[in-house]
Amino acid sequence: MAEHSLAALLPPVNEQNRPYWEGCAAGELRLQRCEECGTFRYPDSPRCPRCLSPRSTWQSTSGRGELWSWIVLHQRYFDAFADQLPYPVLWIRLDEGPFMMTGLVGEVSGLRIGQRMEVVFEQAVPGRTVPNFRVAP
Amino acid sequence: MMAAKTTGVAIVGVGQTDYRALYADREAIRDEFSLGADALELALADCGLAKDDLDGLLCSRVPYARMADILGMRHPRFIHDLEGSGRMSGVALQEAVALVSSGLAETVACVYGNNGRSAKMKYGGEDNGPTAAYETMYGMTSPGAHSAMMYRRYRDLYGAPDDALTPIALNNRRNALRNPVAVFEQELTYEQYMSSRYIAEPLRLFDYCLINDGGVAFIVTSIERARSLPHRPVEVAATAGLGDLTNYYASDDFFFLACQEVASRLYREAGLGPSDVDCIQVYDNFLPTVLFTLEGFGHAPRGEAWQWVREPGRIELEGSMPMNTSGSHTSESYMQGWALHVEAVRQIRGECGERQVASCDVVQYMCASPIVTAHLLVGR
Repeated sequence: MAEHSLAALLPPVNEQNRPYWEGCAAGELRLQRCEECGTFRYPDSPRCPRCLSPRSTWQSTSGRGELWSWIVLHQRYFDAFADQLPYPVLWIRLDEGPFMMTGLVGEVSGLRIGQRMEVVFEQAVPGRTVPNFRVAP
Repeated sequence: MMAAKTTGVAIVGVGQTDYRALYADREAIRDEFSLGADALELALADCGLAKDDLDGLLCSRVPYARMADILGMRHPRFIHDLEGSGRMSGVALQEAVALVSSGLAETVACVYGNNGRSAKMKYGGEDNGPTAAYETMYGMTSPGAHSAMMYRRYRDLYGAPDDALTPIALNNRRNALRNPVAVFEQELTYEQYMSSRYIAEPLRLFDYCLINDGGVAFIVTSIERARSLPHRPVEVAATAGLGDLTNYYASDDFFFLACQEVASRLYREAGLGPSDVDCIQVYDNFLPTVLFTLEGFGHAPRGEAWQWVREPGRIELEGSMPMNTSGSHTSESYMQGWALHVEAVRQIRGECGERQVASCDVVQYMCASPIVTAHLLVGR
């Protein structure tokens, strides 16, 4: 993988999302949770989409969810992924509620809609660990 | 039939560029403003109005200040841009209807210019908003890939086979063969469709809209004024919309609830139902969208649209519900819903030549997307 171009595709770390990326580095999927009503959200955002409260905490989650669907991209859109074509992208509904787009650890041939998935952390580029998912044992 | 109200607003002029001629010259570099101006000139000529009769201007992909300056529209009463996404074609007509019915403007031009081929647009990989990096970091991009995500699940839930979208692809192409401005003029076979390469598997090349240059314009005014103009008035009997907005283009119910809500308001307000419609124009940026739309709007039972479209005598020009009669986004031109509005008007006026639907008085436009819109257009 072309590391320098992948680095440019990663979300820049800022004050709002730093706890998420610190969680990834520590091997935990931490999500923002509303202090008023308990609703989880992802990616980070300034208000709870349910009750509009601006107050939130970052909480470690199960790192588990259900495979809603997946695709295999054959078209070259990004130089950083050119040497991986064709590659899968998964859309997972986390047990805490939010949906998450993510990558696969394992073989596409083992995927089925609705199956249980669990997070795996991998270094994408030096200094940045990202969550991917694999079929839960 | 229930007593219906109506908007009192009509589409009186339509114009679009010759997509086939524009596509034939692959070397040309065109600008979107020229394409928009070409279309507006045609729309004005179509209804016999002059540009000074226009007092409203809604623009998409052609920023309004430059567009207005090119057109010499110095003092419009109402003017602004709509973003360049396909869902905006339906929104443009809704807004024009609202402007005319409220009196904020009397005669509104909706103008669209797209130089996607000249500019080498890919509709993927671009900056797509503040959270897009949470997808691009996994190599994920483009509405087409999101449609593919929905379609894989749809196939799994409802048992749709690998070739479930072919009837739609082939129907679009058959219709394009009877449309002199359609980009594609060669037949598409089942084998060609099935052997086309994947873009975002399970979607293939021929499930995707094509990218080309073109412009579209339509002119909207009161039904009273429409009656003094040369063509059969095409009234917006009803129009309705609803957002389905999340962090993703994909909707986890395939836009179903939003479509149902829009359909219920649309049919109630017009006093018409799916069986009263003579022809449907379905926004098909990617072919799975057609299935989601047909089910959401009650034309096909939920989970069965893929079977509904393959029944002989259904979606063809001579069928019980002719669909996307111009060839639409996969075979005529990807004008992001705008050209489907033109086709709807011309079908009602009986101007469609070889692809004319017999006795066509009611046409429905539908767009399933993060802003679901639909209209019922009726010839008066």
